[in-house]
Amino acid sequence: MTEPSRILPRPTRVSEPYWQGCLDGELRMQFCTACEAYQFYPRVACSACGGSSLDWRRVSGNGRIASFTVVRRGVSSAYEAPYIVALIDLEEGPRLMSHVVAAEPDDSRLCVGAEVVVEFQEWGDEVAVPVFRLA
Amino acid sequence: MRGVQVSIVGAADTEVGVLPGRSPTELCVEAALLALADAGLDKADVDGLITCNSFAEPIMYHAEAIAEYLQIFPSMCMTVNTGGGTTVSVLQHAAAAIASGAATTIVISKADSLRSFMSREQAMLSQASTGHPQYEQPYGPSVPAYYALIAQAHMAEYGTTAEQYAEAAVSARLHAQRNPAAQMRDLVTVEDVLASRLIADPLRLLDCSLVSDGGSALVLTAAERAQDLPHDPVYLLGFGEGHSHEHISQAASLTTSAAVDSGRRAFAQAGVMPQQMDFAQIYDCFTPTVLIQLEDLGFCSKGEGGAFLQSGATRPGGDLPVNTHGGMLAHCHPGNPGSMFALTEAVWQLRHCAGERQVPGAEVGLVHAQGGIMSSHATVILGREHD
Repeated sequence: MTEPSRILPRPTRVSEPYWQGCLDGELRMQFCTACEAYQFYPRVACSACGGSSLDWRRVSGNGRIASFTVVRRGVSSAYEAPYIVALIDLEEGPRLMSHVVAAEPDDSRLCVGAEVVVEFQEWGDEVAVPVFRLA
Repeated sequence: MRGVQVSIVGAADTEVGVLPGRSPTELCVEAALLALADAGLDKADVDGLITCNSFAEPIMYHAEAIAEYLQIFPSMCMTVNTGGGTTVSVLQHAAAAIASGAATTIVISKADSLRSFMSREQAMLSQASTGHPQYEQPYGPSVPAYYALIAQAHMAEYGTTAEQYAEAAVSARLHAQRNPAAQMRDLVTVEDVLASRLIADPLRLLDCSLVSDGGSALVLTAAERAQDLPHDPVYLLGFGEGHSHEHISQAASLTTSAAVDSGRRAFAQAGVMPQQMDFAQIYDCFTPTVLIQLEDLGFCSKGEGGAFLQSGATRPGGDLPVNTHGGMLAHCHPGNPGSMFALTEAVWQLRHCAGERQVPGAEVGLVHAQGGIMSSHATVILGREHD
């Protein structure tokens, strides 16, 4: 029996710039030039105006923890517990789920509102995912 | 509800808990037949069937398969899926079908066997698939982790404590102790909850609902037809839904849910206020959902859910007994059918046949369920009388 592997994203034509950005070490967000606003996750149309004037912009990668949890039992043996799952509010506005890395579960700096900065983890040759470190 | 008055005339649960050697399909059929017997009806009377799919034994066209097993040939047959909220949301579809004449006698039957028909690993992975496949699942959030994100945010915003969440588990066991059918009837204290192992901070084992096998079913018909049947009918007085997101990372608020919308719609349709409820059955997959939905349904002010639970209001004999059967925290939780048992319990409370746990003189009660990660909300107000 093969060991379970991590759940890897399957990029689509719409999301490919996001995942390619991760491989290139850049966090990119879809931006509606009509609304002057970012949206995440990437979509075929702007979720505010319905338009398709969407391009991609590099964002700072700085954000704050909107909420977090320490997962004490991983969803499979490919996920070694404990690990920290968090919702990150980027300073440009979008919220995304991620990991907080390089922090112990009892790190006193780990709290709602804590500042974080993005980094990228390569999960195999073809995929990198954004994760965050306490700033 | 407007138009044809619809009533619940049959209600039944199978055994619940750990039921090895019984498939979800068999439990679903068993529940349907028990509910029909309770209603004093025969399967030949059924012309509408509603089910939800099983995680442990998925069937591509589930309701059709159950109809086939029963050898019934309904004029309306559907499988519905809005996660844990499916139980309550289908009441609206059933009522509409009866009102439109699409069906006259509808069975809603649901069962699953998360405990005995799938491994823990299968159950973990199957439930983790609620996450967004590209933007959430890769990070390995377990189902408790999704709800932990909500719990943590409520603590940060309102100062809610782990002790306050634990009160929901304490209250559930107090009710379950009065229910011979419940899976977990031993009492627990706040200290017991806080001493149980961490699952996804701040949630501990006793903050989490059970993993169970079981099935439950209802029979609905037009109120005028109910008069000839053996039990006092229970009427659907008001109904509401609210849908805000699917994936938790897309929720506009982590701490206020679309239960605000579903509750407001249900109370308005029934023409009643939260304070008039004799009991409430509130979706309790994890303790924080009880606290937050009590707030969002208007039983207390926003941010006061913790104090409300600590007041003892939700316990047996309290101002608002909550989950009088023990809920999914203590009675049983076989996945998506979980809050069917809240509906059958509400029926028995309103028939005044709930035994030791009967809320004295209960006339009107609320059942609220949600699916996804606090995503799809459905509220129903049930009563002994109608206008």
